Amino acid sequence: MSVIYFLIGCSVVLALIFLTAFFWAQRTGQNEDLYTPSVRILLDDSEDADTEK
Amino acid sequence: MTGNPTIEKISCYHCGDDCLTEAYTLDDKHFCCHGCKSVYQLLSESQLCNYYTYNDHPGATRARTDRRFDYLSEPAIVSQLIDYTDDQVTMVTFYIPHIHCSSCLWLLEKLHKINPAVHYCRVDFLKKQLNIRFDHHRISLQQLVELLYDIGYEPLISLQDVIKEQSAATKDQLVQKIAVAGFCFGNVMLLSFPEYFGISAYEHSFRLFFGWLNVLFSLPVVFYSGREYFVSAWQNLRRKSLNIDFPLALGIAVLFIRTFFEVATHTGAGFADTLCGLVFFLLVGKFVQKKTYHHISFERDYRSFFPVAVNTIVDEKEKPVPLADLHTGHRILIRNNEIIPADAILLKGHALIDFSFVTGESVPINKTWGEIIYAGGRQTGEAIELEVIKPVSQSYLTQLWNNEAFNHKQDNRMQTFNQKVSKYFTVVLLVIAISSLLFWLPTDINRGIAAFTAVLIVACPCALALSTPFTMSAALSIFDRNLFYLKNTAVVEQLAAIDTIVMDKTGTITTSDNDNIRLNAQLSDEERELVYNVCMHSNHPLSRMICRYLGTHKRLNVTDLSEAAGRGITASVNGYQVRIGSEQHVSGYSRNTSAGTKVHVAVDGNYKGYFAFAHQYREGLKNINGLENDYELYLLSGDQDHERFELIRFFKTTDKLFFNQSPQDKLDFTGKLQEHGAKVMMIGDGLNDAGALKQSDLGIAVTDNVNNFSPGSDAIMDGRSFGKLPAFLKFSKDTVRIIHASFLISLTYNFIGLSYAITGKLSPLFAAILMPVSTVTIISFTSLATHFAAKKRKLS
Repeated sequence: MSVIYFLIGCSVVLALIFLTAFFWAQRTGQNEDLYTPSVRILLDDSEDADTEK
Repeated sequence: MTGNPTIEKISCYHCGDDCLTEAYTLDDKHFCCHGCKSVYQLLSESQLCNYYTYNDHPGATRARTDRRFDYLSEPAIVSQLIDYTDDQVTMVTFYIPHIHCSSCLWLLEKLHKINPAVHYCRVDFLKKQLNIRFDHHRISLQQLVELLYDIGYEPLISLQDVIKEQSAATKDQLVQKIAVAGFCFGNVMLLSFPEYFGISAYEHSFRLFFGWLNVLFSLPVVFYSGREYFVSAWQNLRRKSLNIDFPLALGIAVLFIRTFFEVATHTGAGFADTLCGLVFFLLVGKFVQKKTYHHISFERDYRSFFPVAVNTIVDEKEKPVPLADLHTGHRILIRNNEIIPADAILLKGHALIDFSFVTGESVPINKTWGEIIYAGGRQTGEAIELEVIKPVSQSYLTQLWNNEAFNHKQDNRMQTFNQKVSKYFTVVLLVIAISSLLFWLPTDINRGIAAFTAVLIVACPCALALSTPFTMSAALSIFDRNLFYLKNTAVVEQLAAIDTIVMDKTGTITTSDNDNIRLNAQLSDEERELVYNVCMHSNHPLSRMICRYLGTHKRLNVTDLSEAAGRGITASVNGYQVRIGSEQHVSGYSRNTSAGTKVHVAVDGNYKGYFAFAHQYREGLKNINGLENDYELYLLSGDQDHERFELIRFFKTTDKLFFNQSPQDKLDFTGKLQEHGAKVMMIGDGLNDAGALKQSDLGIAVTDNVNNFSPGSDAIMDGRSFGKLPAFLKFSKDTVRIIHASFLISLTYNFIGLSYAITGKLSPLFAAILMPVSTVTIISFTSLATHFAAKKRKLS
């Protein structure tokens, strides 16, 4: 049953990674504007790519 | 199509307005004006015509083509506007009111194709903000703003920077704190389950391991997420007041200490999951309460409506000067559509000043050479030169802001229910806790301490602390849906406590457009000319409306002019004697006619007919009749009293109608009502109401466009929902009743918990179940009850 120590350690570390990821997203302002990207993704930039290449 | 081509309407390819001429065409596309055409030209040259494919007519009309951004070359002004600068790049954020569709987004993020000096553009659609990073060696801020202007996106630049205030406000890391608390809550719950289900004796080492892990997880919850509760409780203690944060902080502290001791002494499992859950739910409640409207500012004062800079004339040359540096004696140049920022004397030019921002009256007023023009007026017509006689902050209009009403911060002018109750709650809680300690102390010290801590844990007013935020945020979203925007949740309770309503007239209960004159007379062109010339000489609002209605006519020589106040005008023009005014004044007798203001006309003693003015009161103004039983209603108007009898229909008596009120009078009147113990709600619109809005217990600004200027206030109401005011007031009372009910529910839970706690036998499992159950009950009760109340008031 001592494997539980290891398993719980793993789960906590995994959860900590997610928490850090969330903090990073928050710090870099990824959650600040939750609406504009949903509009932006609908605009195609094919013509844009043509001229830049 | 074979029809007459003049009937077929062509709309502008750029902005969608009707094209009145066919003079502006390019690539088979029609434009309404040169401005729109030049935007299209600019975009097609940069191959950005996709702009027109995402939406039809995405542009703003460009009929106005004067650009004036010279002041952006002043380094002092520039440094106030930009966010960041170094040797290479400058970053700036603009507020652009026209951002409204995906085309706007697309075009504004392609600025670098028009000017490569722009490195990066990002639009925040809901906030209508554009963040730009550009190379300031290759393009100046002025050129950048002009570029935005040229493509039809003029930024709104004002001294009072709303953008910066917003970003300063959102730095309290509440979301991070919730994340940490949630993370710990989840883990602790998982680790507590074995204890609740029972661990056999030989697995004792697990129990120890889980216990210490729980303590470890509680640490960030208490010291990071829950820190503000301790800070707030301590600050309030030092001010010798008890707020709800005190029992909460006490609960958190006791939970943590008892958990630590139980784990350390192997006497129990502790209350780690109750602790984490408590902090988590509390923070969520805080988050819900903080609703922000990005597009509305409640703190605007005159600075956000005055220009950033004015053109002064120094040695025959124009020089832009920041508003703050404008002194007495400066000669300033005001062009068409510019606002006069300080009281000044007219030196040169023909001034026709629109004071609609100040008084709500939109008909421009003539001013002659040497007259004093008060700040806040907007020049219409040619450019004029003025000499400043008072600094900006001392001017007639702006000196209101020097009044003490503006100086002390009064965020929560009334105590909320929560604040009132939590005082007594805390005292009662402490009394119960200490008496249970004293009760057990002689017989069993351990049991005494157990009972003491258990009381503090169980009675921790989590549900109480949550009832207000959840009810209020539900109420706020109901108001929001009905175009009534409240500054914060406390305003709902203030709304419910109001007993006196003071209203402004122009712009508040009337709509702003005045085009509703009906001419009920046969007037020849010559007679129209006569009437126009007589009315030109009168400052009465009705005369000015008649002038506007008749349009411009030739100026004639007017002699023997006499104006009898409240009755009418008599004058001789071109040998005709013209009488204009009330029926009594014009024809000598008065039939008692029905409602509606009329101005009668007689030329040389022959009665010609009358002008009828249908007053455009806001739809639903009649609904305020219903308020009469519960509220004292007052009307304060800056106007003359010519509408007194019209208004009786709505206000029943004339004793509560006050006319000729200056902005300062309005403020004083509100203050006087408050001295007599009234809870005053002021409803106004213009800058002239700003003082009274601030002085009142609850100021509501009415506006036809929430993005436009509205003075500082607690709430902003869209003019269209004015008729719902009685429903709003009733709904706010319902909301307070819901809070009272949920308080009773949480008290019931507390009593159940307490009956166990005082015996000193509180099991962790019981606490762990009671806390979430009570929380969930409160949350679901408040949101359901609020929506039910909204449905009852027909607001949902």
